Amino acid sequence: MTILRPRFVFDLPVEAEVLTPENLCGVNAERAGRHTVAYGRRTRLLGELFEIDVERGEGLVLEGDFSRVKKIGRAMKEGLLVVRGDGGMHLGSAMSGGTIRVEGNVDAWAGAMMSGGTLEVAGSAGPYLAGAYPGETKGMTGGVILVHGDAAVRAGERMRRGLVVIGGRAGDFAAVNILAGTVVVFGLLGARAGAGSKRGTVVALGGMETEPLPTYQAGCLYRPLFLLPLLRFLADRGFPVTEAHRLGPYRRWTGDVTSLGKGEILTYEEPQ
Amino acid sequence: MRLHGVEIEETYAEAFKMWGTRLLITAESPRWARIAAEAASGFAISVIGCGCEAGIEEMLPPERTPDGRPGTAVLLFAPSRKDLEAQLVLRVGQGVMTCATTACFCGLEGEEAVSVGGKLRYFGDGYQGSKVLGGRRYWRIPVMDGEFLVEDRFAIQRSVGGGNFLVLAETAASALASVEAAVAAMEPVGGAILPFPGGIVRSGSKVGSRYKFLSASTNSAYCPSLRSLVATELPETVNAVYEIVIDGLDEEAVRKAMKVGIEAAARPGVVRISAGNYGGSLGQYRFHLQEIVAGEGKEGEGP
Repeated sequence: MTILRPRFVFDLPVEAEVLTPENLCGVNAERAGRHTVAYGRRTRLLGELFEIDVERGEGLVLEGDFSRVKKIGRAMKEGLLVVRGDGGMHLGSAMSGGTIRVEGNVDAWAGAMMSGGTLEVAGSAGPYLAGAYPGETKGMTGGVILVHGDAAVRAGERMRRGLVVIGGRAGDFAAVNILAGTVVVFGLLGARAGAGSKRGTVVALGGMETEPLPTYQAGCLYRPLFLLPLLRFLADRGFPVTEAHRLGPYRRWTGDVTSLGKGEILTYEEPQ
Repeated sequence: MRLHGVEIEETYAEAFKMWGTRLLITAESPRWARIAAEAASGFAISVIGCGCEAGIEEMLPPERTPDGRPGTAVLLFAPSRKDLEAQLVLRVGQGVMTCATTACFCGLEGEEAVSVGGKLRYFGDGYQGSKVLGGRRYWRIPVMDGEFLVEDRFAIQRSVGGGNFLVLAETAASALASVEAAVAAMEPVGGAILPFPGGIVRSGSKVGSRYKFLSASTNSAYCPSLRSLVATELPETVNAVYEIVIDGLDEEAVRKAMKVGIEAAARPGVVRISAGNYGGSLGQYRFHLQEIVAGEGKEGEGP
């Protein structure tokens, strides 16, 4: 296990896509410290910014305040990365495998363009969770993102595949322009969710701030069977799944008719 | 060898390589899970005439199913991968998808797999959708009570079909009581099923017949009514014979089921317990009765 702790409070952003288990696990502290990162406009050695310890155990552990450290776990392919605190922007972006666990909050673009692996955040996420960078046609294309707190605006934008779960509230424009994939929100789902959706599923377990867009049409009230294994999976990971969630019923809204129109928003409704 | 006063003949059951899989069928209630399982495993008695052999392995409580609903585990066996895939698509499509409230999951892990939901999805006529969870793809097919959920691919594995033993008894009543006791003892054994009606075979068969169009015919050597007409295998005191056939996901499951079955079948009124084989020329597995009863299963007997 390789442990990194900031040597001082960063007053400039750090860009550190080198912070992956592939780069820093299995090497000694001196060698790990020779990697370079950007500190503001300057290039610095990793060892100048972070205290590095190698101990017995698995994975890469980041201890302390990493909220100004960007691109943690970027393009990570395998292994375990644990952030014992907050993580900065672009955390886990473009990751294709392995597991990232964040014990605090994450900033914008967490899991953006992710294609595989698991990103789990105990706290809340900033804007563009699992999002697509400007100019990109597809956002997340695989993997699982589990956020136990809230997510800010545009979570899951343009996602193509994969699962995004938000334990709290989701900001406006969640799952906007999604091509496929699933976004599950346990708290209140913000306005204009699923706008421009082609396929894909948004599950609102805690109600919607506003009615779905007029380009969504109300369908039946039923119990979608695919939710049952999904809810079991989420219950096992500490999400507040209730028996009522399992039983439903759910109102199915289909849209967005301005796009392909095969998307759906499933809203949990209290039984009459 | 004698067990509870019953002769255990020094012979072996000859069994065959099969491909097998396990279906987990869930539904709103145990009743509907069982109905679907019975439909899917119905008329799957013998590969000779049914294309596959299948049976209910066990009823499952909600905590043991992927979706937390009551369920049924069904084992299905066929001679080849291709046959197994075809039978799965037919039986899940006709027996499970048509049944109210059901969903169907694969109950095996493994690399070898065949497409089931991936073929049934077209029933959705373009409105089907898939979801991937835990590396497994599920198809959601819209149906009239909501949606039918079925796993995309079902893992399959090399299995054993045709493990068997024969109960030779003094009367039809004592033969039936013996095999009923055997079936009751064998049903709880995991990984194995008894594909025949009630787990019992009345019309045991031999290979070939005097008719060109018929590849299997009545096992005349074990028919009491033919004792005076053919080279019989029946002692004088025997007037009824039943067979129990066992299919298992592996040799161990078949061996275990045979052991508990033979032990339960050896009871008053039974003269001998034997087994069906073809001189060892057709099957890839041999299950020696006396070794099984003595708990000395030969691991090296299979291919």
